[in-house]
Amino acid sequence: MFPASRYSIQAQRCIRALKTVQAEHAPPQHYTWRRNCSSAVMPRITSHYTIFPRDKDPRWEGVEMERFADEADVVIVGGGPAGLSAAIRLKQLAKEQEKELRVCLVEKASQIGAHTLSGACLEPSALNELFPDWKERGAPLNTPVTEDLFSILTEKYRIPVPMLPGLPMNNHGNYIVRLGHFVHWLGEQAEELGVEIYPGYAAAEVLFHEDGSVKGIATNDVGIAKDGSPKDVFERGMELHAKVTLFGEGCHGHLAKQLYRQFNLRENCEPQTYAIGLKELWVIDEKKWRPGRVEHSVGWPLNRNTYGGSFLYHLNEGEPLVALGFVVGLDYTNPYLSPFREFQRWKHHPFVAKTLEGGDRIAYGARALNEGGYQCLPKVTFPGGMLIGCSPGFMNVPKIKGTHTAMKSGMLAAEAIFPKVTAEDPASETAGLHIPEYEDNLKKSWIWKELYAVRNIRPSFHNYFGLYGGMVYTGVFYWILRGKEPWTLKHAGLDSAQLKPAKECTPIEYPKPDGKLSFDLLSSVALSGTNHEGDQPPHLTLKDDSIPVANNLAIYDGPEQRFCPAGVYEYVPLETGEGMRLQINAQNCVHCKTCDIKDPSQNINWVVPEGSGGPAYNGL
Amino acid sequence: YIVTIRVKPDHSGVVTDGVKHSMNPFCEIAVEEAVKLKEKKFIKEVVAVSCGPTQVTETIRTALAMGCDRGIHVEVSGKDYEAMGPLQIAKIFAALAKKEEASLVILGKQAIDDDCNQTGQMTAALLDWPQGTFASEVTIDGEKVKVVREIDGGLETIKISMPAVLTADLRLNTPRYATLPNIMKAKKKKIANMKPADLGVDMVSRVEVLRVDEPPTRLAGVKVETVDDLVAKLKANGTI
Repeated sequence: MFPASRYSIQAQRCIRALKTVQAEHAPPQHYTWRRNCSSAVMPRITSHYTIFPRDKDPRWEGVEMERFADEADVVIVGGGPAGLSAAIRLKQLAKEQEKELRVCLVEKASQIGAHTLSGACLEPSALNELFPDWKERGAPLNTPVTEDLFSILTEKYRIPVPMLPGLPMNNHGNYIVRLGHFVHWLGEQAEELGVEIYPGYAAAEVLFHEDGSVKGIATNDVGIAKDGSPKDVFERGMELHAKVTLFGEGCHGHLAKQLYRQFNLRENCEPQTYAIGLKELWVIDEKKWRPGRVEHSVGWPLNRNTYGGSFLYHLNEGEPLVALGFVVGLDYTNPYLSPFREFQRWKHHPFVAKTLEGGDRIAYGARALNEGGYQCLPKVTFPGGMLIGCSPGFMNVPKIKGTHTAMKSGMLAAEAIFPKVTAEDPASETAGLHIPEYEDNLKKSWIWKELYAVRNIRPSFHNYFGLYGGMVYTGVFYWILRGKEPWTLKHAGLDSAQLKPAKECTPIEYPKPDGKLSFDLLSSVALSGTNHEGDQPPHLTLKDDSIPVANNLAIYDGPEQRFCPAGVYEYVPLETGEGMRLQINAQNCVHCKTCDIKDPSQNINWVVPEGSGGPAYNGL
Repeated sequence: YIVTIRVKPDHSGVVTDGVKHSMNPFCEIAVEEAVKLKEKKFIKEVVAVSCGPTQVTETIRTALAMGCDRGIHVEVSGKDYEAMGPLQIAKIFAALAKKEEASLVILGKQAIDDDCNQTGQMTAALLDWPQGTFASEVTIDGEKVKVVREIDGGLETIKISMPAVLTADLRLNTPRYATLPNIMKAKKKKIANMKPADLGVDMVSRVEVLRVDEPPTRLAGVKVETVDDLVAKLKANGTI
């Protein structure tokens, strides 16, 4: 079931033991097992049809399951920078060469940009290629970077680090943007060019031809009740068939997860490693506002062996707005770590607090991001489709920029597809077109060069000196040698396998939120504007309902209650008898995908909820 | 509809830029009822109307996807849109109802952004038509409509003659989802475009918004041990 090599010996023993132990007699030397857990009655958590198929469910007998189908030339899943750039490039080529092309884009958010979250410092290289006249078109790039600061923080002090030209973090020539607004603008440009954009409809299923190639996608069904039964308003999703389907779901997409398995796309690369980024928008005191200023820090409150850092950007959009946030690498080992509370704690550092004092928080959000870079790039083309953007993961980690590479990957995909899709005779072996030229184009482009040059910076953190070792490595090998060293360092392996058992780690004492600089989780979640239709099966599905208490809580003290930035997972006492149960508050979910990544049992499978559910970010 | 509302820095209103707008939930119920009446063959055609800037065409499309036959977009934008209130909308609806020779005007009972609960009633008054407001059940019986209304005391059943104005309350029905194939088909349905001036409606508002503020933050309460303490505290803050 679970690939044996990926798990620690302890975890393997637990998983094996779980299968044999039915009653309360647990071998005490292996793990702390609450005697009463297995004998108490656990309420069922998961009711989603991906775990409990509907063709075997008597409640679904006689329900019409036929789907309406439509044909397009290209279908794009995901309305982010990659998906929209691909759509725009396709339509630009179609206009140039006077060919007809039907491009359909589906997006799970209620409007384009509502699920977009990023720092963000945009490098305009890809945008200059896509729209050389972006300024006349009104692209919301209003804040050129004027100042660039980098610091190492200790609990009370700040050590400035000079931002020399040539260092990956140097931001000269870049713009601070509100990526949600930028993506919304891209959406408007795409619609003007004739792309059919359908926000509020999530791609829930990949469809296959008989020969195994991808035929297209199906959107989500609506009107399923919380217990998995059909409601009166039940409607089947729609099928969109295409010659090629582009998957641009962003970091750790749920359909991409399926495709990796189906087409074995990850056999020659390392497993992807991730980080979680949490972000807030603040309106600050005008006297403290320095539009164009970019601040990054590492160090406190994280220890030297936990990868992460902060960003604080001063936007120039009329009011004194700052975008700030905190990133924590998901290969952290201490299950007591809470990325949300580290973020809140960081804001109390004197250097940060002095900017935020007297200000008001107006937005909050969180999302996982890729940290793997070059070593973790999978095969990106397969019969009938391809992966673009952060889904395969083109983020340049030390620069902390992935938008320009995502956009470029979408554009390269479009350029590779266009001749094939408009050709009279596609000459393809499979019904869905296989276009390996996309991967060749990627390898020849600046994306590949960029990612290759910085490939060793992130893995260099895995040494005894942690952060400091990594910084020394960056200084020597990147700044001086430009990444030309002949070796390629490896990452530590799957993020979910990095957690140490709770009894080997010390709980972290986090300060209580003060309501002025730091805040509690639930008020933050309210600010994200997230909501879902309440009466639907929880979209955070568990392959096995008993594992959270048996494994996650017993060995790791329930890390999901700490790493989820929206308070979805809670261990609550059972109503009758002793012991705890997992409660999933699916309505809070902000679609960050951290749980799917970091769950030590890899039992949580995030699937897409009914379309238009999720956060309502406005320019995050 | 879960969006975090922020007051504009100049206190003239709330920030609406970039905020996702969607069909008012009570209006969704009204559209659903109209489509149901058409499916039961009581009415021949359903026209969806919305007043506002270009973005409202998306909302009209959703109504068309739910089953309406055609749409009318009354274009109001800029200062006129900010000042637009129930009276102006009621005047527009009254003019349209006469122009289209409608037998029924169905609206949501109130909009969840301003909670005015006035548009339906004003429309009926301007048209001099009977009104069935807070409807939780609507039945058409020949030339008359039987409406069960939700009132404070319980349920009131009235019979009114058509043409009439009805406003939908929560329990009238459960709106259907606008599915993607229907959205695609709705792109082919017509949405007519017009301005208030074409209907002879003047948009001048009789109401001027002076200031918008957030509600004051609730102060913490204080627990007292004895009655004397309570009296002392009340005296201290000037209440008694």
